[in-house]
Amino acid sequence: MQKRHNKSRSCGRHLPDRHGYFGEFGGRFVPETLMRALQELEVELNKALRDKKFLSRLDYYLKTYAGRPTPLYFAGRLTEKLGGARIYLKREDLAHTGAHKINNTLGQALLAKKMKKARLIAETGAGQHGVATATVAAMFGFTCDIYMGTEDIKRQALNVYRMKLLGARVIPVDSGSRTLKDATNEAIRDWVTNVRNTHYVLGSVVGPHPYPFMVREFQSVIGKEAKSQILKSEKKLPDFLVACVGGGSNSIGLFHPFFNDKKVKFIGVEAAGRGLRSKKHAATLIEGEIGVLHGSKSYLLQNKNGQVNIAHSISAGLDYPGVGPEHSYYKKIKRAEYFAVTDKDALDGFRLLSEYEGIVPALEPSHAIYYVSKLAPKLKKNKIIILCLSGRGDKDIDIIRKYVKFKQEPK
Amino acid sequence: MNRIDKLFKKLKKERKKAFIVYITAGYPTLRATERLISELEKSGVDLIELGIPFSDPLADGPTIQKASEAAISKGADIKSILRIVRSARKHVKLPLVFMTYYNLVSHYGLEKFVRESKAAGADGIIIPDLPPEEAKKLIDASRKSAFATIFLAAPTSTNARLKNISVKSRGFIYYVSLTGVTGARDRLAQDIVGNVRRLKKITKKPVCVGFGVSGPEQARRIAHLADGVIVGSAVIKTIEKNIGKKDLYKKVANFVSSLAKAIHVN
Repeated sequence: MQKRHNKSRSCGRHLPDRHGYFGEFGGRFVPETLMRALQELEVELNKALRDKKFLSRLDYYLKTYAGRPTPLYFAGRLTEKLGGARIYLKREDLAHTGAHKINNTLGQALLAKKMKKARLIAETGAGQHGVATATVAAMFGFTCDIYMGTEDIKRQALNVYRMKLLGARVIPVDSGSRTLKDATNEAIRDWVTNVRNTHYVLGSVVGPHPYPFMVREFQSVIGKEAKSQILKSEKKLPDFLVACVGGGSNSIGLFHPFFNDKKVKFIGVEAAGRGLRSKKHAATLIEGEIGVLHGSKSYLLQNKNGQVNIAHSISAGLDYPGVGPEHSYYKKIKRAEYFAVTDKDALDGFRLLSEYEGIVPALEPSHAIYYVSKLAPKLKKNKIIILCLSGRGDKDIDIIRKYVKFKQEPK
Repeated sequence: MNRIDKLFKKLKKERKKAFIVYITAGYPTLRATERLISELEKSGVDLIELGIPFSDPLADGPTIQKASEAAISKGADIKSILRIVRSARKHVKLPLVFMTYYNLVSHYGLEKFVRESKAAGADGIIIPDLPPEEAKKLIDASRKSAFATIFLAAPTSTNARLKNISVKSRGFIYYVSLTGVTGARDRLAQDIVGNVRRLKKITKKPVCVGFGVSGPEQARRIAHLADGVIVGSAVIKTIEKNIGKKDLYKKVANFVSSLAKAIHVN
């Protein structure tokens, strides 16, 4: 058995263990047909993560194609308005395709090339991961099919069109809740069928091992950059990291490189939808029980019989009843704290950043923005918050238009 | 010796192959499931796989997805399905095994599930999203009461994996005939002969083949090759087409008899 994880590359690297577990969470609960592909992927991934050539190629594309490093921006006017802690935004919205998703799809596409797969498939909720997958498929020359729930196709029409422009086929999924969960089921079914020539580009830190580990490794660039940027501008580590959590990839990407910096507090913000008591929410870590969905053991929104509940959130990217196993582990060992913000409050967060910083955020990080707007005023002025602005809001304009009325209509 | 081992011993003596049918419990209703179990036994089925429906059946194609959704909406859950098994067991003798997804049984409690299933008269379990590596707890819970753990083997399984699957399996090994989800197909996979032979060289346990088997001709060809033939979606489709009709049971019995004849005639 080869040694799986090179401890020297970053902190907290001892997990997952060699069976893909973060404590009791994770693992590999998939049909036998996929086991060989997952083992091969794991071997290739571990080789790649130690291969200087692979890493410098990935680095090259991250810099020249995705536009990294993304800025760490001091949100001065927002800080002043809230009157407390200093707020920095990690500007993943400025990465190519408009969200952090490209960090992961570039890594996985390079791996898929190494494994000589001709076709990429992916699931998508908000469409950001679908766009990021379609983008790398176009750039590297893969054929590409994206699974998307019909409910999400309706509410994220702009991204559907973008994926098609990029040459991908968007396959509507009309089962179950018609959102991300069902798109993921269908992508797994496709992979079981076409596993020999297809690589499944999972978009979050969920799924069977090695996906939660792999996606974290590719997204950790967020936290690594943020760390060196904040040390440069503030000469010290931040006090809080805040990020939204659906499956949990932008948050793990920001948190993980700070894992051993025990004084840095991690805060994950889930979607409370129409309120936790309404049962129409996606607050998996807060309200869920341990279960198995999409190949790994983690917290899960489920009913008394163990059937998976339908999640709800105004933001398609958070509308998922599961969550990455590493988050479940962080919750269990109390390394991170998790809170939930409602649809309505997320819209306030959306407006706040738009009006005070001139940055139109996606609905997903708008949940985190709202949380920060409550947290910052309670903190002293020498405290520092880094908020992961995981994506930009263009895709959400149609939804926002329905809810947000302006004080002054233009003349 | 449990019912599954007895069955395969008897079939071996008679130089016959096992005919296994999958139905989704609670589809179209729980009461219909109980009657279907009896009808299947009368129509020549040797072993029944009883599906406990799950909200996210990622190894299943559209036919069983739809049946599962319908059964859940009618209230089929582990408790009510155990009741059906207990009641059916009073008049059927064939082995009954459950087929379901891991979250349902782990949420119910593995030990409790195995204990209650055994007490109700079920003989084993197949969990398509539980590879042997993750099955230690289920195996520990099952061995005590000789509850069969049936693992799946796939065309993509390496020989090392097949060995482990064989070691961990009790009752029989479920060979998945194709890379894909459940559902009737027009054609059998091309590599099925070679792969079943490869598996038979590795194991002495019975090998039964399922996924994609749609009619008597395919069933007959598989029966030549393996120790048993599993038919699921094609039976569910027959049920689906005849829901609400008076001759539902007759239609299912006719279809199943035609398969039984093809498999047992060998």
